[in-house]
Amino acid sequence: MQEHANDPAALVLSEDKAKPTSQPASAFAARFGWLIAILRNPKALIGLVIMVVFVFTAAFAPVIARHDPNKFVGRPHQAPSAKHWFGTTGQGKDVFSQTVWGARTSLMVGFGTGLLVTLLGIIMGMTAGYFGGWIDDVLSLLTNVVLIIPGTPLLAIMAAFLAPGKFTIILVLSVIGWAWPARVLRSQTLSLRTKDFVASSIVSGEGHFNIIFREILPNMTSLIVSGMFGSIIYAIGAETGLSFLGLTNISDVTWGSNLYWAQNNAGLLVGAWWTIVPSGLCVALIAFALAMINYAMDEITNPRLRAEKELSNVFKQRSTLATPVVRAAKRGVADGR
Amino acid sequence: MQPNEALLTVDDLCVEYRTPRGPVRAVDHVSFSIAHGEVFGLAGESGSGKSTIAHAIMRILHPPAVITGGHVNFSGDDVLEMDGDELARFRWRDVSMVFQSAMNALNPVMTIGEQICDVIQCHLRLSKADSMDKAAHLLDLVGIERSRLAAYPHQLSGGMRQRAVIAIALALNPPLMIMDEPTTALDVVVQKEILQQISDLKDKMGFSILFITHDMSLMVEFSDRIGIMYAGEIVETADAHDVFNNPQHPYTRGLMSSFPSLVGPKVKLTGIPGSPPDMGKPPSGCRFHPRCDQAMAICSLQRPALREVAPVHRAACHLYELTGVTPRTERGTL
Amino acid sequence: MRYVLRRIGFYCVAAWASLTLNFLMPRLMPGDPASTIFARYRGQLRPEQLEAMKEAFGFNDAPLIEQYFGYLSHAVRGDFGISISAFPSPVTTVIGSGLIWTLLIGITALVISFVLGSMLGIISAWKRGSKLDNIFPPLLIFLGSFPFFWLAMVALYVLGFKAGWFPLRHAYSDRLTPAFTWPFISSVISHLILPALSIILVSIGGWVLGMRNTMINVLGEDYITLASAKGLSTRRVMFHYAARNALLPNMTAFGMALGFVLGGQIIVETVFSYPGLGYLLIRAVSNLDYPLMQGIFLMITLAVLGANLIVDLLYVRLDPRVRGS
Repeated sequence: MQEHANDPAALVLSEDKAKPTSQPASAFAARFGWLIAILRNPKALIGLVIMVVFVFTAAFAPVIARHDPNKFVGRPHQAPSAKHWFGTTGQGKDVFSQTVWGARTSLMVGFGTGLLVTLLGIIMGMTAGYFGGWIDDVLSLLTNVVLIIPGTPLLAIMAAFLAPGKFTIILVLSVIGWAWPARVLRSQTLSLRTKDFVASSIVSGEGHFNIIFREILPNMTSLIVSGMFGSIIYAIGAETGLSFLGLTNISDVTWGSNLYWAQNNAGLLVGAWWTIVPSGLCVALIAFALAMINYAMDEITNPRLRAEKELSNVFKQRSTLATPVVRAAKRGVADGR
Repeated sequence: MQPNEALLTVDDLCVEYRTPRGPVRAVDHVSFSIAHGEVFGLAGESGSGKSTIAHAIMRILHPPAVITGGHVNFSGDDVLEMDGDELARFRWRDVSMVFQSAMNALNPVMTIGEQICDVIQCHLRLSKADSMDKAAHLLDLVGIERSRLAAYPHQLSGGMRQRAVIAIALALNPPLMIMDEPTTALDVVVQKEILQQISDLKDKMGFSILFITHDMSLMVEFSDRIGIMYAGEIVETADAHDVFNNPQHPYTRGLMSSFPSLVGPKVKLTGIPGSPPDMGKPPSGCRFHPRCDQAMAICSLQRPALREVAPVHRAACHLYELTGVTPRTERGTL
Repeated sequence: MRYVLRRIGFYCVAAWASLTLNFLMPRLMPGDPASTIFARYRGQLRPEQLEAMKEAFGFNDAPLIEQYFGYLSHAVRGDFGISISAFPSPVTTVIGSGLIWTLLIGITALVISFVLGSMLGIISAWKRGSKLDNIFPPLLIFLGSFPFFWLAMVALYVLGFKAGWFPLRHAYSDRLTPAFTWPFISSVISHLILPALSIILVSIGGWVLGMRNTMINVLGEDYITLASAKGLSTRRVMFHYAARNALLPNMTAFGMALGFVLGGQIIVETVFSYPGLGYLLIRAVSNLDYPLMQGIFLMITLAVLGANLIVDLLYVRLDPRVRGS
């Protein structure tokens, strides 16, 4: 299309690509400008608020929950009331307390796995993308094989062979989950490697370690963060699924094991919807929160999506592929022909 | 230029990009016209708004671009007043376009034949076989073997792709063809070949051309008449040889001296100091004044109007406004 | 052609990797694997069952490498041993009974969610900035955030249990015998709707958003501008020019999504006691039927690889650039 200098989206974009190392202040703005932009984005803000509430709940579970989640506190399958806000389970346990304590384990597994997966992804992806050659060939093959082998059945079988606890789950989920972020980070590393500032560092003989961690890594922060959020969503979902199937240690209180017990005690068939709604909703809310942050980040860091967003503020709808003509009212009358 | 002679008249065209930091006026009150059979060239640095004008004429500018004023008159119809159906009929049948980068202008998943045929079928309602026939004939015209109808863009060389794009532009035999940097991406030899071919086709078929390039030597060689653009405005229009031999606007002079000439005596290339202005905050008065070596006091205060400096030769510069100041009202003054 | 051959080569490597994984997994257990596994049965096994187990795993006194090749040669011949829980049926027979139901539900859900989701993505990109486009993506993200099985449970409760519109479990009515008759087919369909629906609801958002984003990227391409400059109808530009190109990156994502959707499907099958491979797998796991669960894992992996190959062949049809000259 027209020259890039003519395209305002390109102008905005070119500012992001400011040279990273020479001027520290503007380099910071260029690399982490998206962080500030996120705080201004309503979608991301909704996500952040939900996430903070959950983290707070998990951290202060003993204060917030009024009962021991494993204790028998009343008649089974009581409907929500002032005494038991979310009712009781088929075993007479307090659903509210179980939900609050469930946040603790579920978030721990989620965040733990997310961190580990991201770490593995960074190591594998950046090694492959940076060094290239046979190292890339081998690591890419490994990544793609791990990606294509279906994870859930593998998890189910692993659970059958191993005696599962929280840490086994984190480990197993990480072993299966690292491939996706690795693949994304590899291709980003590949493209960053050809950029001038990296090429010049390589030529000037800087060490690989320095280049990878000082030059390349800081320029992928938004990608790494969004990958980590994706991994947390995956981990919480997978943990919930496995626990629901009874493949984890079901005496741990997690959202998944809460649902396992609800199902096993025929919660739904006796109409005790309150035994399944809170835990399921919590899983959905936390995943929704993280997905919204990711969606907003995509909007902010992808120049085309961003241009579209700006456009959508100008024109609410564009159904025909024709440049709109917007005349100021006073014109058009003057030059009637 | 009498309007009844003109095939296309662009009158006071304004185009803005609506960015979050406020509107950027990329094309500012531009007027010119193209006669039947004429080659009109638009020249200027990258970002001066030449391509934006070309895209605005066909109304294919992408948002956030908006046309904010003016008229584009083609054979008596105002393109800017057309609705969806009228526009679909106008496009390609009346005006076709050769895009800058043929690699990106061809759909990678359709054959060359399909991409020529669909425009023929859509506008002329020919049968599939007839339109294939016509497409084969078009490939003959631009010098591609007929067998390449079934080829995909990635299977062709850069020059061939550009020829294919020209074949698509010729498909409906339109009276006007817009060529937006048609040969920029090609090497010099292929460039010459293709331009020669376009020139021959033009003589044979008699269409007009709006020719856009930043390469002044090509421009002078290929065009009948030239408009020089700077920062969204036309600053000078004249016959090609006048622009070459007798440039009036200081910017045109600078432009002419920054390109080596293939003919004529050797001259020292001087170029223009400074860089094009930020279109979000254009300079006051004449937009060229910060870079102009002949700037006067008035230049930063008032915008010069395009006025006749010689027969069929117009320039927008205060150097030639000898008879007092009569700026056109709608230009606005600062 | 070279592209397809390379992909087939890759699938062979992936298949070999999962076979090897299968072989290694029991041997990676702490302690002596054979006695650990057999100890779990606490003498519930008849001697011939024990023999079948040992045979299936290739546990014998031979060195590991020999055990490995013994195992491989069995696997290649399609011999995965005898099921413990359905003794003395061979694992392959049990798998065969579940495979058809898994394929039925998987293909139905996947095709519907991909086609519908891509269409919605195209429309959403087309009318971007409109009300529809502002409400749709967040709504779909929200729907997609729910665990598959949880939506399945809610659907089961509301539409099956409370409203009574749909059957609660199994693939067809217990009173019918499988036959190519209308009562049987309609029973299969009505049993299919709820599980398929829960998979579609959760997975469709990904397709919509993926398609929307690639469409928006493609709509900025020059060939789209040229196509609209040609005066082609908006429909033709959207589908022949934009959507066809936007579909390509989404198809490569299809393979990845397949494993994910299948994972959800395993749990959904369990919720509805739908007799597919997922349901059988979970039952095998809880019955400690090791030969069966390993066979099912391999079968599922092979199905995923096969589906990916089909997608690759389709991809070659849609993208001339990978066909080679």
